[in-house]
Amino acid sequence: MIPELGHFALILALLLSGLQAVFGIAGASLARERWMATVQPAVAGQFVMLAAAMGTLIAAFVTHDFSVKYVAENSNTALPLFYRIAALWGAHEGSLLLWIFILSVWTVAVALASGGLPRPFVARVLGVLGFVSFGFLLFTLATSNPFARLVPAAPDGRDLNPLLQDFALALHPPLLYTGYVGFAIAFAFACAAMLEGRVDQSWARWARPWTASAWAFLTIGISLGSWWAYYELGWGGFWFWDPVENASFMPWLVGAALLHSLAVTDKRGLFKSWTLLLAILAFSLSLLGTFLVRSGVLVSVHSFAADPARGIFILGFLITVIGGALALYAWRAPALGSQAGFELGARESFLLFNNILLVIAAAVVFGGTMAPLVSDALGLGTLSVGPPYFEPTFLLPMLPLLALLAVGIHANWKRGRLGASRRRWLGAGVLALVLAIAVSFGFYGSPGWLTLTGFALGIWILLSSLVEPINRLRRGLMLPRAVLGMTVAHAGLAVFVIGVTAVQSYSQERDVGLKPGEAVTLDRYEFRFGGVQPVEGPNYDGVRGQVTVTRDGHALVELTPEKRRYWVQRQVMTEASIDAGVRRDLFAALGEDLGANTWSIRVQVRPLIRFVWLGAYLMALGGFLAATDRRYRTARARVAEDTRAGAPTQTEVAASQA
Amino acid sequence: MNRFLLPLGLFALLVVLLAVGLRRAPEKGVIESPLIGKPAPQFTLPDLFDGTRRVQSGDFAGRWHLFNVWGTWCAECRAEHETLLAIQKGGVVPVVGLNWKDDDAQALAWLAQLGNPYAAVAADRDGRVAVDWGVYGAPESFLIAPDGRVVRKQVGALTREIWERDFLPLVTRAAPGG
Amino acid sequence: MQTQPHSRLRRLSLGALLLMLAGVSHAIDPTPPLADAALQARYEAITHELRCMQCQNQSIADSQVGLAADLRREVRTLLVEGKSDADIRDHMVARYGDFILFRPRMNARTAWLWLAPFVLLAIGAVVAVRVLRKRAQLVDADAQVIDRFDGTDDT
Repeated sequence: MIPELGHFALILALLLSGLQAVFGIAGASLARERWMATVQPAVAGQFVMLAAAMGTLIAAFVTHDFSVKYVAENSNTALPLFYRIAALWGAHEGSLLLWIFILSVWTVAVALASGGLPRPFVARVLGVLGFVSFGFLLFTLATSNPFARLVPAAPDGRDLNPLLQDFALALHPPLLYTGYVGFAIAFAFACAAMLEGRVDQSWARWARPWTASAWAFLTIGISLGSWWAYYELGWGGFWFWDPVENASFMPWLVGAALLHSLAVTDKRGLFKSWTLLLAILAFSLSLLGTFLVRSGVLVSVHSFAADPARGIFILGFLITVIGGALALYAWRAPALGSQAGFELGARESFLLFNNILLVIAAAVVFGGTMAPLVSDALGLGTLSVGPPYFEPTFLLPMLPLLALLAVGIHANWKRGRLGASRRRWLGAGVLALVLAIAVSFGFYGSPGWLTLTGFALGIWILLSSLVEPINRLRRGLMLPRAVLGMTVAHAGLAVFVIGVTAVQSYSQERDVGLKPGEAVTLDRYEFRFGGVQPVEGPNYDGVRGQVTVTRDGHALVELTPEKRRYWVQRQVMTEASIDAGVRRDLFAALGEDLGANTWSIRVQVRPLIRFVWLGAYLMALGGFLAATDRRYRTARARVAEDTRAGAPTQTEVAASQA
Repeated sequence: MNRFLLPLGLFALLVVLLAVGLRRAPEKGVIESPLIGKPAPQFTLPDLFDGTRRVQSGDFAGRWHLFNVWGTWCAECRAEHETLLAIQKGGVVPVVGLNWKDDDAQALAWLAQLGNPYAAVAADRDGRVAVDWGVYGAPESFLIAPDGRVVRKQVGALTREIWERDFLPLVTRAAPGG
Repeated sequence: MQTQPHSRLRRLSLGALLLMLAGVSHAIDPTPPLADAALQARYEAITHELRCMQCQNQSIADSQVGLAADLRREVRTLLVEGKSDADIRDHMVARYGDFILFRPRMNARTAWLWLAPFVLLAIGAVVAVRVLRKRAQLVDADAQVIDRFDGTDDT
């Protein structure tokens, strides 16, 4: 009975989201106060219903209700409680419910925080969000009901995929979705502004904190997935350019472009139509990712079970939402123009380069990801596009982007010849190059030109991003959260670049067959194999190897890589053992029993690999800091006041704030 | 035309592409073989039934035959077995088996138990010949024309329906009554 | 389609995972390194660029399925026979098609893919120049005054 309540709650949520969409959009355009007044209650009601549905499904997992098909397929009596809850988003149906629930949480947040915004605008924003929610709820109920029953009930469940029985991976989807779905807010603001026909810069200011936080969540989500892949998949890489990874990376790149473009639109009233387009694109790419992962059009071992019926539904939804938004854009954008000017070398010019290059980078990833599909559809034959394509082509726009960032940080708005800030950026650049050479030769040795470039760019950005905050602090000036956030995010990017450079240039790995007592030496580290022992977990058994690492004769650490056999799905999993360090990770993974007491073992030394994720978390932190800048709140209140007074246009308000 | 229509146009192209991709999605995972239309790879392997004898690619030259890759470890091969027996009974083409990375004793027991549809079985114990044929998952079946060219390939279990629809007409059309 | 013994890599229906990365388990290639270090380096490079056909999104260097091991052996054999990298790629493509190459070959059918990044950069450059020209003409007429240190700007 309880699962049916969850199903019923979903149906009610569908109705409420429909109300929210219709009354929000129609109410605002017909200026019906009472219609608009129903939108906020609909948002709240929808949230309650979705929370109830989530709670119902979680309860089914916790209480082992194997009469629910989804539970029977993704859980088991031996599965620990934490993973039983995480199993909710372990497959298509539940993860879709999570997606919708997160959208609802974002919507509630917007509704709560929008007190100071013009009422019709808020109604339109919530209406657009309601429309998106309606589409996804309809999709869930029509093709992917997580509450479907299994008759007769299974005696026990088929268990959660062992790959997902992991802490980081349990948290990865909610964070990733929070990021993905968060771009819906910027999208909704853009659509609302276009529907209203007043596309000035006010919407950009309101959208900034939402976009920054969505982007920060997405950053954490992606890096958690990458971290998981590193230790769980067992061969020590952190990014594989898989279509499913790319699906999350494209919105990230466009989201980063959007953040910067919003800044220009907010500050200077420039790039208005471009910013609108990016807001549409960032969310469209999130939706496209959902399509690619769930429709089976791309070959990926990670995708959900392919189901063309679902694919057709999502495609129809994509056409409605993205096509609708782009049509709206084609209608409204031509009227937008700005008389603002800036010089080459001004901050705007660097942000222009930033946007162009980030979008090109996203387009390159998009092209490579879609290439197999394009080639197949055009009858040009099947082909594969993997890391050997993405790595060089992605660097093409990225290297100039990084260099321009290091220079552009020092630029002023509107006017700014490069000469004025030359002492700063050139000084930082020369120092960075010297440090890069010192680091490569001092610690690692014989760098290639790409290695030197990577280190130099990373250090250059790091130094450059610190100049301005230090100057401000020395003058006794405040460091607004937004500036602090920008600094932290740019420093994070620098750390990331340095980490990637070191890992790509100086990692060492070796696959060997070892008997107990035998050792293999890598760099200055000796890995000695001590044999294996049986282990048993709650829902698996297996063996644990013992690898003692010594450096120059000093014992450093004992690594215990495991090979587990999960009982229910009969899947063998490799648990790599890693000694994490700031300077390097030591990594050992256990392979096969080769017979005669010999085991195949993979050992690796990966310098600075922690910088990759540290950099990502710093970028996310920067996003959150920027999102919480007080300016966004006060600006909002002021705009509301002015709108009530009916006096100046919003453009004038924004200009006066500058 | 205003340039702001460009994104919508590009999106329309993308939709067409996705729609085509969606229509072809069920075929995903089946990779077109570059061998189609090319001469079938040559091989000489031990005979499964008698290790001292050899099965060679030339043994069936000049005749239509079906080259079938199988193994006892492959569950779908068991599902396919029925069809192979029917093809053998039909007598239109002989079936040549490639026993892929298998254990001889198990393979013999399997044939003894389920019936033997094969005119000959080559034992590819280390999988080298399978690589030459571009095999990536059993079962796979290749239809070979009398001139030694690969005419058609099936990845995954052959069913009677697939056989009668995609394979048999190629043989009968080329050589009526053949 | 059934795959190899002990290495059944089923198509995962793993929910929620947008970042689920290749494969079920990792490969450890226990074969001793080739005596010639240069040959070994080429071996590692090539095996990372060939797709494991069974697991679809892993290279044969990173896959532990039986077929990947067979293909690695094939690569070793060809290397030891003195074949060039291009020969080895051709050898694999003749058997498995272009699908096996993670680095698409540059030819008439894939030229668009390899040229696209350069075309995009060129378009980007044209756009940048046009925008910059237009905005530079407007800068003197633009009355907005911006103070860097008023605490409201930047970012």
